[in-house]
Amino acid sequence: MHPRVDKRVIGYRRVDPQGQPRRLYEPYKSTVLRSPRRPLIHLPHTLSEVTGPMYGHNPIGESDNDLTRQHAGEPLGERIIVTGRVLDEDRRPLRNTLVEIWQANAAGRYFHVKDNHPAPLDPNFTGAGRAFTDDEGRYRFVTIKPGAYPWRNHHNAWRPAHIHFSLFGPALVTRLVTQMYFPGDPLFPFDPIFNSIRDERARERLISRFDMDTTQPEWALGFQFDIVLRGRDGTPFEENR
Amino acid sequence: MTPSQTVGPFFGFSLTANPLGQMAGPGATGEPVRLMVRVFDEEGAPIPDAIVELWQADASGKYEHPEDTQAQAPDPAFCGFGRMGTEETGTCVFHTIRPGRVPGVTEKKQAPHINVIVLARGMLDGLFTRIYFADDPANGEDDALALVPEDRRSTLLARQDPAQPGTWNFEIHLSGNRETVFFDL
Repeated sequence: MHPRVDKRVIGYRRVDPQGQPRRLYEPYKSTVLRSPRRPLIHLPHTLSEVTGPMYGHNPIGESDNDLTRQHAGEPLGERIIVTGRVLDEDRRPLRNTLVEIWQANAAGRYFHVKDNHPAPLDPNFTGAGRAFTDDEGRYRFVTIKPGAYPWRNHHNAWRPAHIHFSLFGPALVTRLVTQMYFPGDPLFPFDPIFNSIRDERARERLISRFDMDTTQPEWALGFQFDIVLRGRDGTPFEENR
Repeated sequence: MTPSQTVGPFFGFSLTANPLGQMAGPGATGEPVRLMVRVFDEEGAPIPDAIVELWQADASGKYEHPEDTQAQAPDPAFCGFGRMGTEETGTCVFHTIRPGRVPGVTEKKQAPHINVIVLARGMLDGLFTRIYFADDPANGEDDALALVPEDRRSTLLARQDPAQPGTWNFEIHLSGNRETVFFDL
């Protein structure tokens, strides 16, 4: 049979801006000089947008998903398990997709030359992890709970404790960089990064859920954080289209 | 959907700890391109803490991805993904090749282009743009470029440095009077 290349691709659903941060959000001062003022140009999805770097590029090391075992000793702080599923908008699991995380240590200090917060570095904690999702779309990290830290955005500005997440998903347009927060953080009402998202329910999707079933006795508290990437406009391999 | 949040300033020990600038391995097919990307803010100041990610087809126009069903095999000496953090000058450098033409939404194939994602502190969501090659005759029939107002198309063109053949310059202006065209995908 002669293979037929179908030029039409099945695109991805468009993003609802209500559920996303405003790009220009004056309370977060750095957005002022770093946000486009002209409207973005709508492009139909082509092969360029429905493909993407989905396989990762470096093999995963043994301690890549356990941030407490990357050095000779154990890091200080509250040991936690962070796990969840990566799904598309139709709740289909996204398998074998790369999840990268990074975070501050328990004192609220990043392993980064430009972080000059006067809190101690921890020689046993770098704060970077990588994992691939399994057949159910699940990832799992062991780490320590990051501390809140000050930033100079406004007077007495503090970031709620958070873990940065980066995901590719199956396509260029499913790329997501976000932050996971912890339930009940008293800093939420004051944080312009969190509050840049208009819709309250969308903001709440960034807050992990404490989970007793994930919590391991005599060992670590467990938090669940599911991540939903953009869904398809249709089913890519349907026969009857 | 999970909302986006900024990548922040402190990703260097994670996302770009192993920079991916060498996309063309030894023996990669195609015209070598040393691509210098510079990122600027609204006032024209270089942004020293941005991430630039590239995604492109190989020289034959094939993406290394299961949804690219074109017959040819992807070039094993080429990696279509690149990721670099910018330096103090706002610059990052990729060693790649000029991609081939890939299928578009009409019978015409798209002009050679590199898909770009920009992330930085102060950006609550990433931005998508495309890099085209200024001298490419196919630009005139590219469906995506045709959707861009004519007076802004030049913001999507990489230009070859006359003093250094093979070196191409591309500037990303997040805002300001030279604002780059960004795409709503």
